[in-house]
This record gives sequence, C-alpha cells and structure tokens, in this order.
Amino acid sequence: MTEVGLTPSQTTGPYLEIGLLGGPIPSHLVDASDPLAIRITGVLLDGAGDPVPDGMIEIWQANPAGRYAHPADDREAVPLDGGFSGFGRSGTTDGGRYELVTVKPGRVPWVDGRMQAPHLLVGVFARGLLKRVATRMYFPDEDAANAEDPVLLGLEPDARATLVARAEDGGLRFDIVLQGAGQTTFFAL
Amino acid sequence: MRPETAFTRVPDSALVAGDPPLLYPEYVGTRLRAPKDPLVVLPHSLSELTGPVFGDGRLDETDADLTRQHSGQPLGERIILTGRVLGSDGKPLRGQLVEIWQANAAGRYRHAVDTHDAPLDPNFTGCGRCLTDDDGTYRFVTVLPGAYPWGNHPNAWRPKHIHFSLFGRAFPERLVTQMYFPGDPLFPFDPIFNSIPDEQARQRLVSQFELELTEPDWALGFRWDIVLGGREATPLEEPHDD
Repeated sequence: MTEVGLTPSQTTGPYLEIGLLGGPIPSHLVDASDPLAIRITGVLLDGAGDPVPDGMIEIWQANPAGRYAHPADDREAVPLDGGFSGFGRSGTTDGGRYELVTVKPGRVPWVDGRMQAPHLLVGVFARGLLKRVATRMYFPDEDAANAEDPVLLGLEPDARATLVARAEDGGLRFDIVLQGAGQTTFFAL
Repeated sequence: MRPETAFTRVPDSALVAGDPPLLYPEYVGTRLRAPKDPLVVLPHSLSELTGPVFGDGRLDETDADLTRQHSGQPLGERIILTGRVLGSDGKPLRGQLVEIWQANAAGRYRHAVDTHDAPLDPNFTGCGRCLTDDDGTYRFVTVLPGAYPWGNHPNAWRPKHIHFSLFGRAFPERLVTQMYFPGDPLFPFDPIFNSIPDEQARQRLVSQFELELTEPDWALGFRWDIVLGGREATPLEEPHDD
C-alpha cells in the first residue's frame, strides 16, 4: 500500500525546542504591527483535557491574494508577495498554549475548480505523537465562504465545528484537542 | 449547510505500513495523545500540493558543524554524518532544509526538562541545520550522542539517536523522525523504535558506518539516506468525485 522505501516517522520527543524553535522559521509570519496582522492563539490538549506543554504547531497558507509561495502554484494572474513565505511554527508552553501572527489567506481553488474558504493547513507535533497529525483552521468571519467550502461541506457538523476558530480578544482562538470528546478533525494527507 | 458527499474516513490502523501507528501503548506517551477518531481522507488541492520552500541566506557554516558553535570543542567521539534526501521516485531533493537536534556525548539534552544525572557540555548545544546541495546531499559534523534513561517503564533507555526534521516537496511530505546508529544493543528494548511494525522499515532509520566517509586522525563517518513521499496518500477507495 505504501510506496517502498519511505523513511518512517518517529516522535519529536520532549526536546523539540532545541532543534526546531528559535531558528530561522518564525512564529510571526508578518510583523505584529502590520495592519493585516492576525494573532492566532490556542491550547493543545490531550485526552484527559490536560495541556500539552511540549508540542509544536506549524501552519502553511496562501498569501492574502490567494497564492502559495511554491512552484506548483503557477497562477501568474494571482500576485505573489515576495516577503511572505506562508510557513510558520510555534512551540507550546506550560499551559499548552501556542501563538502565531499571520495574515488571512485568500481563497484558493479546490480540485474541481470551486473556491475553498480561507484556511490554514495545520501540523501538530509532540512527545507521544509518533507522527505528525494534520488539520485545517478556518476563519469565523467567513460565513458565506465557509458555507460553500468543499472540505467543510464534506464533514458532519460536529467535525466541521472543530475546524473553525473563534474571535477572542481582538484575535482568533483555535484550540486543538488530540483525543476524546470534541477531538479535532484530523486528515490523512 | 447542505450536506454533501462525505469524505472517506479511515482508521489510522488502516494507513499503517512503514510508519508507526498513532496509538502504541508500549510507548506510554501515545495513550492520552493519539487521536482515536478515524482520519478524513482528503484529495490533494493546491493547498496540499504546495509547501514551504527555503532559500539560502538564513544559515551560516557553523549551523552544520555542531562542534564549532562554542569557544571550545565538545567532548565525545567526533562524527561526520551525511546522506541524501530523495523523493520516492529516487530523485534528489535540492535546497531542502534539514534540521537536527540531539543529546550530548553523555546522553544529556541542553533543555530544562531533561533532569538526567549526566553532565551538560558547555561546548555543545546539540542543534544543527543545513540545506541539501544539488545532489540532495546534507552533511553535518557533530559528536556521537549518548544513550540515556527515560521514564517510560522501569530501566528504560533510549538507543543513541539524532532527531531529524525534513520538509519534502509539499505539505504532506513533512517528516520528523530519528536516526539511529548501527548495532545498538538497546534496539530490542525501545518502544519508540519498535513502534514501527515492519522490520525493514525500522532498518531504514539506522545509519551505516562507512570507512570512506571517515577523516583519518579526525572523525568517524556515518551515512543515512532519507526518502520522502506522501505519508498516507493511498486511500482505500476513491474518496470524492473530481
């Protein structure tokens, strides 16, 4: 089933901070003073409802015009923003809390040409996760776009609800529940 | 919202081939952290066909030489660690960011949570980064990490390992893993290594000693190649009409 010879995954363990945080990959994808900047915070929780203090959240997204900074997105009619990489990461603290500062991405097409609602791809790593788990974050002020998003439409309401952030303190709050009641919807990519 | 054709959901266990399962109770940390709901199989839109691209300019030479990041040299056996990052088609992946972290030669991480009673080394941080060259090759200079005890079960010890972080060509290819050293006597007792169900897949995490890679009178040499591809790209059935 799996292609022969892929290198298997292993957990980050509890010390990922040494190698993965504080390096060239930022938690602030834009400066917090940017007029479009959005602060996204949340808590990573385990199956007992306890915070996960040794995890890491990564995000991948298009720019505000809806273009990915990657050669596979060759839609030249949609402008690239040279300074925006679209990728960032944050560790989780003692309270399981992470914080990212970014901009809302534009809409990008689905496999059949319909437009997806603005969203972030989200990867979660931690001690106790033998491989990354992947989800998506959607925006609470995009009711019309969310209502026609092909991914959200393909999910049951409870599963869909776990993917939409909520407004809090002038930013967005997006908690991620690894296990148990209210588990976040995770995707096989 | 009007319900649409639902996506296929597959239990994680149906996706396990080379990778470990999310839930592996012998590794106690998975018990409360492994998601248990079946995963939603998504077709790949532009969001999943893209991923971060890294350019030169944010790394310097000492990022890849963990023995030259302080005023003095770290203790331990100096090693050269190199290999290629390849796609599942065998083609080299150029300009790939490779991030590593590890314990020092005594088996201690420079981290507040590591309370193992072994000495820190003032000349060793244990963090390295580099970009692969046109041949997909990465190369680090570091020291052989020590084995260390952990609290998973009585008298639990981790085999010597170095953590690796890789990106691949698109978001689904992202991989964080651990590289091991050949012949480690702790392999049979380590639930993290043994969480990988397939013996051949496990062996793909073990580097090889290569005499040709050594630098005489200076360092031992180990080789480890990495193959990246979609981790869970094969659904059991067509999830969606395109």
